[in-house]
Amino acid sequence: MFPEILSPAIVDLLIDATRQTLYMVAVAGLIGTAIGLPLGVFLATSRSGELFAAPALNTLLGLVVNAARSTPFIILVVAIIPFTRLIAGTSIGTNAAIVPLTVAAAPFIARLIEAAIREVDQGLVEAARAMGASPLQIVGKVLLPEALPAITLALTLAVVSLLGYSAMVGAVGGGGLGDLGIRFGYQRFMPDVMAAVVIVLILLVQAVQSCGDLLARRLDKRNRRD
Amino acid sequence: MTAILPILAASAQQADPSGRPAPVQHPFTPDPAGRAVIGFAHVGKTYAARAGTPLVAALQDVNLSVPEGAIVGVIGRSGAGKSTLIRLVNGLERPTSGRIVVDGTDITALSEKGLREARRSIGMIFQHFNLLARRTAYENVALPLEIAGVSHREIKARVEPLLDLVGLADKRDRYPAELSGGQKQRVGIARALATRPRVLLSDEATSALDPETTNQILALLRKVNAELKLTVLLITHEMAVIKAVAHRVAVLDGGRIVEEGRTFEIFSHPRHATTKAFLSAITGAALPAQVADRLQPVRTGDASAVLRLVFTGTHATDPVLSRVSRLLGVDVNIIQAQVDDIAGEPFGVIVVSVPGDIATVAAVQAAVTGLGLGVEVLGYVS
Repeated sequence: MFPEILSPAIVDLLIDATRQTLYMVAVAGLIGTAIGLPLGVFLATSRSGELFAAPALNTLLGLVVNAARSTPFIILVVAIIPFTRLIAGTSIGTNAAIVPLTVAAAPFIARLIEAAIREVDQGLVEAARAMGASPLQIVGKVLLPEALPAITLALTLAVVSLLGYSAMVGAVGGGGLGDLGIRFGYQRFMPDVMAAVVIVLILLVQAVQSCGDLLARRLDKRNRRD
Repeated sequence: MTAILPILAASAQQADPSGRPAPVQHPFTPDPAGRAVIGFAHVGKTYAARAGTPLVAALQDVNLSVPEGAIVGVIGRSGAGKSTLIRLVNGLERPTSGRIVVDGTDITALSEKGLREARRSIGMIFQHFNLLARRTAYENVALPLEIAGVSHREIKARVEPLLDLVGLADKRDRYPAELSGGQKQRVGIARALATRPRVLLSDEATSALDPETTNQILALLRKVNAELKLTVLLITHEMAVIKAVAHRVAVLDGGRIVEEGRTFEIFSHPRHATTKAFLSAITGAALPAQVADRLQPVRTGDASAVLRLVFTGTHATDPVLSRVSRLLGVDVNIIQAQVDDIAGEPFGVIVVSVPGDIATVAAVQAAVTGLGLGVEVLGYVS
């Protein structure tokens, strides 16, 4: 990758670390979305007077989401080690690291999805109700499709945040780019490794953001003109 | 078309002997015998703005009947309760008291599920169109059919003729952002008609449109009313909309219906102050400023009487003034005149000043009344 600057061994480490990072982010992002999307839709539709009105549950889930989001990630990682062991069978390694990443991502994604859904014009919900749509049909045919551009941007933001969080899972042997940067770049005084890690992370974030922006623009039909 | 109700055809003919096509939409007589498609009985609706705050009455003891095939307009200022009223018809809001019957079904007694079923036979269009931005015109019209579980094949068979009907066949794959306001409302109308409803609710459907587009949309409403025998309930704050399309009108003020009747009757003989205020803007009921400023409520000296003559129906084209003038030998001075067309009927207002003593003025009044015109003394000017 950087033949002039980095030794082949370091290049291998870099490639491995990138793979681990992508793996952790992808799996945590998918599971986090699988949990966060329905949770976000529910948060956006369950206040009193809304489609699935359940104000008490809405408040309770809101508190849980806030609690999870206000815990610093590095503390979350160690605080939920028993839970991680329960889920992953171990508390150390890349697979184990996916558990705290997911636990951090799900409430974050839920809040982002909630905001995206709440942006949908209430007039559309009223129109759908007037057509005889059930609450589930309103979610499936109106809220989610209309919010799709905003949801795409929300998930892009979530993935970028996960790339950042994944740098901290070296604390539980999760590996990845952040771990490589700390162990080699910082602890072994190898500024070239540190620089390489930062460059790879920048490229990843840029790629994710560009893809997300492009996709959201394609999906958004609001500004089309001949 | 004219055979919707025999009574309709008969009175339409009577109103228009000139041989012009009978104004189909016009003299709709109320049908108290129960042929109302929408009926409100003692409907009240109160809100608590927030838990614990005093209740606010949005509607009080509303009684209204919408005859089959009619276009009925409800006019009122902002906050009069119009939006609440129209939303009660398809159960988007529930009344606090009273009953609402639509097409024989008591809407107020339905469960949420039953209500969803009932809504499929009640179309609705909105001020801000409420089209889905990420669906094309075609897909928007298809939405209520998808919701009703209609097959793709059947959807195609129904949506395309509807796009034709509203004149948007060439825009079927356009997104709302690519359409003008009038085109968006046409999509809205096609969408509302997709499930073949018997009733169309129009919630300020032309309020966001310019006057020309408003007229086109109103013409389309008249067309679907006549061609599809669709009963229409519309709410508006514009008397011009009522005048253009409504057979009957109800005036809503402070949550109560203060006046209701045939549009033509209400326009020619308004009784309530709110109605008069709405009308003054469009029927020339407002006097020119230089006359209004000098107008006295009682006669002094040799002041002239200011009369408003209302010509309706067949009399709108009679040479009344010259006849009165010849008959009584009085000079009649025209201050203001306007001839209009209300819900298909000719309608004229002439404001005249008549010099002379009380006896002369009374003779003029009697003569004018004898010729079948409405007359009202507005005051005196010297």
